[in-house]
Amino acid sequence: MERGMPGVLKRLVRMREFGLIVIILTICVIMSFASPYFLTEGNMRAILLSFSTEGIVVVGMTILLISGGIDLSVGSVMALTMAVAGKLFLFGLDPWSASVLGIATAAFIGLIMSYFVTRVGLHYFIVSLAFLGIARGLTLVVTQGTPLSLFTLPPAFKFIGQGSFYGIPFVVIVFLVVVIIADFLLRRATMFRRVYYVGSNQKAAEYSGIRVDRVKAGAIILCSTLTGLAGIIFMSKFGAATPQFGVGMELNVIAAAVIGGASLNGGSGSVLGAILGIALLSLVTSSLQLLDVPVFWQDAIKGGILLAAVTIDHLVHTRRK
Amino acid sequence: MTASPLLEMTGIAKAFGPVQALQDVDFRLRHGEIHALAGENGAGKSTLMRIIDGILQPDEGEIRLDGKPLRFSTPLEAQQAGIGFVHQEIALCPDVSVAENVCMARINASRSFLVNYRRVRREARAVLRQLVDIDPDAPLNTLSISSQQVVEIAKALTLDCRILILDEPTAALTERESEALFKIMHRLKSKGISIIYISHRMAEIFAHCDHITVLRDGRYVMDAPIAETTPEAVVNSMVGRELSHLYPDKLSTPPQQGETILSVRGLSDDGLVRDVNFDLHEGEILGLAGLIGAGRSETVQTICGLKPRTAGTVLLKGREIRIDGYPDAVAEGIVYLSEDRKGEGVFLDLTIAQNVSALRLDKVTTPLGLIDRRAEQDQAQALTDELNLKSGGIGEAVSSLSGGNQQKVAIAKLLTADPAVVILDEPTRGIDVGAKSEIHALLRRFAQSGVGVIVVSSELPEVIGLCDRVLVLCEGRQSGTLEGDDVTEEAIIALASDLTGTALSDRLPAGPAALDSVQ
Repeated sequence: MERGMPGVLKRLVRMREFGLIVIILTICVIMSFASPYFLTEGNMRAILLSFSTEGIVVVGMTILLISGGIDLSVGSVMALTMAVAGKLFLFGLDPWSASVLGIATAAFIGLIMSYFVTRVGLHYFIVSLAFLGIARGLTLVVTQGTPLSLFTLPPAFKFIGQGSFYGIPFVVIVFLVVVIIADFLLRRATMFRRVYYVGSNQKAAEYSGIRVDRVKAGAIILCSTLTGLAGIIFMSKFGAATPQFGVGMELNVIAAAVIGGASLNGGSGSVLGAILGIALLSLVTSSLQLLDVPVFWQDAIKGGILLAAVTIDHLVHTRRK
Repeated sequence: MTASPLLEMTGIAKAFGPVQALQDVDFRLRHGEIHALAGENGAGKSTLMRIIDGILQPDEGEIRLDGKPLRFSTPLEAQQAGIGFVHQEIALCPDVSVAENVCMARINASRSFLVNYRRVRREARAVLRQLVDIDPDAPLNTLSISSQQVVEIAKALTLDCRILILDEPTAALTERESEALFKIMHRLKSKGISIIYISHRMAEIFAHCDHITVLRDGRYVMDAPIAETTPEAVVNSMVGRELSHLYPDKLSTPPQQGETILSVRGLSDDGLVRDVNFDLHEGEILGLAGLIGAGRSETVQTICGLKPRTAGTVLLKGREIRIDGYPDAVAEGIVYLSEDRKGEGVFLDLTIAQNVSALRLDKVTTPLGLIDRRAEQDQAQALTDELNLKSGGIGEAVSSLSGGNQQKVAIAKLLTADPAVVILDEPTRGIDVGAKSEIHALLRRFAQSGVGVIVVSSELPEVIGLCDRVLVLCEGRQSGTLEGDDVTEEAIIALASDLTGTALSDRLPAGPAALDSVQ
């Protein structure tokens, strides 16, 4: 910290986040020339809105990746959360209690997954792949395969997904609160320091008296819970729960976290990086729309960006060594 | 010696970025000799060998094989030219059988479409029989580390090599296995194969090698026929300074005069360890010796709660303590240093400060559950200064440190617990001579300051030079305790190989440990 300006600057430039900010700004500059609509307030707000809710899931995924885990089931768990909460509301439960139970369902799935990962000893990939199927299947059972129309949700509940404070969408506020808290905790809280230890070297963590299984389970459940929270926000936003919601979401979410510097080997990653990652992906999606690129190209281009980001990072890291 | 050397390297230089790993290094290997290559860690031994093997390309210098200049651009080319390399780290496939591992290179070189498994097994068995009896059908991961090392050597032998490079092959081997390896080396030598033998152990070098070359800080320091030099001269040229005392002074009084710190009674685990009893006294360093697979690590890990205990009690300063897991041991001030530094000891990609605080995070946590960074930095700074750590600052990643300094970080971590007892498993494995004697001196200081010190070590000179009292294990049972002048290599080996007949061999579980026992 106290090494003087050039050192600080050098470190800043070397930081993953800095590179991402440069790329994002470059795209913004190019796009502002390419499209007159790009720099409008409406477009900026649309971009911000588009990634705010998914961004909450990205935060959870980043923490899970740092602990050395991964969760492929987020899209399905989100759909299940919406279906459970929506169905309970249609049965006559008030929307708040229904939402809490929906999020509890997501957390419960996290709990079961953590049982299989830490107690049975299966790999995250397989367990969450199984729950990608199970949670989606349960969603279809709950909804009977048809979207639940929730237009009767009270205005106070719809405010979560649709309202705004002084022109700032409430969704964005929730997102920023989650981000700021998570970023602070990850950098400063003892509890989350353990997540880095476990992800960096599980055995060494165990030999440092850290209860590794608890940390791993906590990260899984936290990721599922945040996914549930995001599901409730989406439900409020759309006033509906559709059985096919969130299909393929894991690609976006994991890509964002990895572009932002989280390692699949665990031990590294930051919330700020992950948020810049999801911002970059959303920015690209929006830019492609403004440039009239057919929508079918989007996934291919996103995959390409992921590959490019990881390749550059790999090359930079191996050269430094 | 003979006129033209088999392999001649002159003026070799190699830089990695700003680091000059090798500079103006000369190396000559003659026909049919065992040539020791010595030097501290980081002296450039491995880099030089990787250049021979084609893994690395030199920036400058000339390599001649049989007088012809050449350069290998891949390990395969070097292999085809008859150079076999047994790396220090085990590079085998854990899930496939021993036979397939041994014949891996042969299978790869084979032109036939199908693999003849019967032949693979036969050849593997033939090669292994020269070394130690290992079942060729056993999956590799059921073997102990030392047996895997033997498989690695067997694998190199399947290639008809003229030059065999052995990079610290005995680091993980027991004395007996090492002896078997030396016999093989001499047999290969008599067949005209030249061997480059990298080792830290002077006793081995002087017993078995013909010639020695010493590197220091990437430069050539000396080379001489073994008969014309002494271990002292070699060590001094390796370190570049006089090492007056390799080991700190031992206790001058009988260890039992000190107060009893730790008492272990009737300790058993669910497998190997059976009825271990001992007392640890204030001021002494207690050694735990035995062959690999004798249950040394298991014993201390059971004491620390890292492995489940099925019977026995542990008393700390006369008070029986309850340990259901390692956190309980840490809370009582009993801490453990793993033998596998990189795999289990340190967090390579985290900073020095973060590594040091891992064991007792509560000491750097504020009442709100946040990390107190100032306290974390201060603690790391104070402890690493005390241990004389050489680093670019406590904010650097541990991966940037040498092995010896990484070990100091791991030890600093233990000290945060204000330990009553420190248990160190192979504390100086793979560490250069300088750092080694520093760590030895440190352990003696711990003991003098009233901390109980238990050292598990496979290196007999270390056990003998460092420990006041030595508990010897054989097949999970204690076969004896030695102290004072009775602590000799012969006495330890006799107890460790159960020549006195106290341990019951029928209690030994079948499998990997069998290799390490004495047939």
